[in-house]
Amino acid sequence: MATIRVAEAGVPVDLFSIVPVKRSHSVCAQGGINAAKNQKGEGDTVDKHFDDTIYGGDFLANQPLVKRMCEAAPGIIDLLDRMGVMFNRTPEGLLDYRRFGGTLYHRTAFAGATTGQQLLYALDEQVRRHEAEGKVKKFEGATFLSAVTDEGGVCRGICAMDLRTMEVKTFAGDAVIFATGGNGAIFGRSTNSVVCTGSAQAALFQQGVDYANGEFIQVHPTAIPGEDKLRLMSESARGEGGRVWVPRNPAEKRAPRSIPEAERFYFLEEWYPKYGNLVPRDIATRAIHRIVYQEKLGIDGQPAVFLDVTHIPRETLDRKLEGILEIYEKFLGVDPRVEPMKVFPAMHYTMGGIWVNGEDQATNVPGIYAAGECEYQYHGANRLGANSLVSCIFGGGLAGPAAVKYAKNLEKGAESAPSAVFDGERKRQEGKNQKLIGQDGSENPITIWRELGDVMTEHVTVTRINKNLEMADAKIRTLQERYKKINLSDRTKWSNQTLNFARELENMIVLARVITLGALARNESRGAHYKPDFPERDDANWLKTTRAKWVNNDIQLTYEPVDISLIKPRPRRYDAAK
Amino acid sequence: MAGTKQVIVRVKRQAGPKESARWEEFALKWRPSMNVIICLRDIAENPVTRDGKKTTPISYDSNCLEEICGSCAMLINGKARMACSALVDKLEQPIRIEPMSKFPLVRDLTVDRQFMFESLKRVKAWIPIDGTYNLGEGPRVSPEVQEKGYPLSNCISCGSCLEVCPQVNDKNQFVGAAIISQVRLFNMHPTGALNKSERLAALMGPGGIQECANAQNCVHACPKNIPLTESIAEVNREVWKQALLGWLIG
Repeated sequence: MATIRVAEAGVPVDLFSIVPVKRSHSVCAQGGINAAKNQKGEGDTVDKHFDDTIYGGDFLANQPLVKRMCEAAPGIIDLLDRMGVMFNRTPEGLLDYRRFGGTLYHRTAFAGATTGQQLLYALDEQVRRHEAEGKVKKFEGATFLSAVTDEGGVCRGICAMDLRTMEVKTFAGDAVIFATGGNGAIFGRSTNSVVCTGSAQAALFQQGVDYANGEFIQVHPTAIPGEDKLRLMSESARGEGGRVWVPRNPAEKRAPRSIPEAERFYFLEEWYPKYGNLVPRDIATRAIHRIVYQEKLGIDGQPAVFLDVTHIPRETLDRKLEGILEIYEKFLGVDPRVEPMKVFPAMHYTMGGIWVNGEDQATNVPGIYAAGECEYQYHGANRLGANSLVSCIFGGGLAGPAAVKYAKNLEKGAESAPSAVFDGERKRQEGKNQKLIGQDGSENPITIWRELGDVMTEHVTVTRINKNLEMADAKIRTLQERYKKINLSDRTKWSNQTLNFARELENMIVLARVITLGALARNESRGAHYKPDFPERDDANWLKTTRAKWVNNDIQLTYEPVDISLIKPRPRRYDAAK
Repeated sequence: MAGTKQVIVRVKRQAGPKESARWEEFALKWRPSMNVIICLRDIAENPVTRDGKKTTPISYDSNCLEEICGSCAMLINGKARMACSALVDKLEQPIRIEPMSKFPLVRDLTVDRQFMFESLKRVKAWIPIDGTYNLGEGPRVSPEVQEKGYPLSNCISCGSCLEVCPQVNDKNQFVGAAIISQVRLFNMHPTGALNKSERLAALMGPGGIQECANAQNCVHACPKNIPLTESIAEVNREVWKQALLGWLIG
């Protein structure tokens, strides 16, 4: 979206992407995009969307920009509709809306169960149009290594590596916008795509770009376990009536379909009668953990619960959920229209990210902007389902014009920066590559990555205990030491994916520490951040944004107040209507 | 690894476009619900061939691992398919893994599919909106049209349909089924239809729709079950209509 807005303003754009834009992680967003259009006559309003978002985020989000996002959301849906997105329709030819978590309204527009794919394609097509007209130049298959900043600390461009030739080059730019997504790879296995390493964010962080609320990591309640990936099973399955349950008897041996209703425990519906299966993700995830680890009611004693859509008519399932049901069928060989699915929570999204101001997506470094999952602005301590697509498009829509305005007001453009600034950065990055390729070590980067993922998943996701977090940080620091001894097992200089991965891994380790230290410090429970030793939200001490800074080559946590000027914080509970 | 179940994988290796190709065989430890991506990761973690020779990790494209990004298309036991959804237990061993052959090779299993994205430009595969400022809702679309269009818009540009098409070869720059199907999609949309004739015109001439020889391999290879032959037939009719009309008026 940022690219389109900049191109529309008549300003040339260089667009860098690790994978062809059409293959970016947004294709994995499934369920839909929120906007209070009130097209079901339920009395939904922008204010209710705003309140649901702030409440769902446990009051940690700065409120004014969230309000602006909710106000803009209906217009964003209209725009996507004009771009030709094949949204599901009502018989009248209007957009259809479904229910999603954390709200009582049908607020979510959707295109089957592959909404992210459809939205990304629409935007990619518009970018391609600008590209065909010569306004956008694409560099696909290039990865970001670092920002180029001048002596005054102003960003003058980027340093990137071509993933085929492995050539390191700098590119001048008056302003740079980052839309580099999430960081699931830090947790080893997650619902995220391979490229979601958080490497760009971590690289920027080590160049002085602040990182906010890193400790807020969303664990999605329903994913399909897998060794390579935990594949998302969208909240829309529940939005369309899917129910979560376990057999009441832990020794249950019958096939799930032959277990009578009375012997099934629909725990979300029982514990949260008002929202039922559509409680926010942090709540549902903790409930599933409780069922499995405390009540010992996981299916066959395993960490899994049923997500059941077998009672929904096949025609409805195929029209509204086909994309996700196919994923289950393809990867597990079981038809979820007939057999209840087995699911378990998985790391899914980072609410935290690059610190941006509350106005126009600018970071603390002049010339650097951020939009989408890579920044922290919109979701507080927990993101509501179907709010991510709206926040990334809204944020991109703000960042584009803001970057243009900034660039136009610059006294001296990037091209006036001394060439030494660019050469110096390129040499620094080339040096890192040479060192990695040349060194003889005993450590394998994939092994280090697996260990990082294991420790992060075990200690820094759903339940956080201070002594475990300390242990996790110690372990991460050991990995940091071991990283120094890695051996690439591929020293070639053509399409060397091992080299690129090693570069990313170094950054992932830094970001893992930001997340862990943020979690360790925050002695309260808020949204996705849950500490059994501090089970309550503590507004007196912790209604504040964590703002991590890179000082003297180390992480320093600072805090700043949250803008709560529009909605006064109140206790957050989902067992009754708000 | 005596006593444990093994997975035998043969991978076609090629260090670069100008290097010669060779096969390497690997013996991996079997685990439940293993797919080809897991095999490639295992090799990356321990790049040693079955006969104990050290080698390099295999270069391959992958991203979403749930068959929606289109990255990991390759030939697995001779069939063009996505590596992420290729489950080891359903494959005959040794599993033969090769790069797709109709695209320029980069390294090992990585190929360059830029041709597909260039073709999307050629046929103007987008809706020509005036701008991103607020202009209200889009045109109404009936559920029937949506239900036809949505499957077409699921195309992940993986290239499987080009790989299996006999008309895509060194002598022929046939755009392939995926692109033709995209033309049908955009021409179906009320706003997209406004430059329908430009898209049809782009499918005439060298590499255009007339190159299709109706082998129908594409529709069987498509991992997203897109009705590609139906799209080709429909767009073909439209192209002929337009050509004929142009000739009559011309």
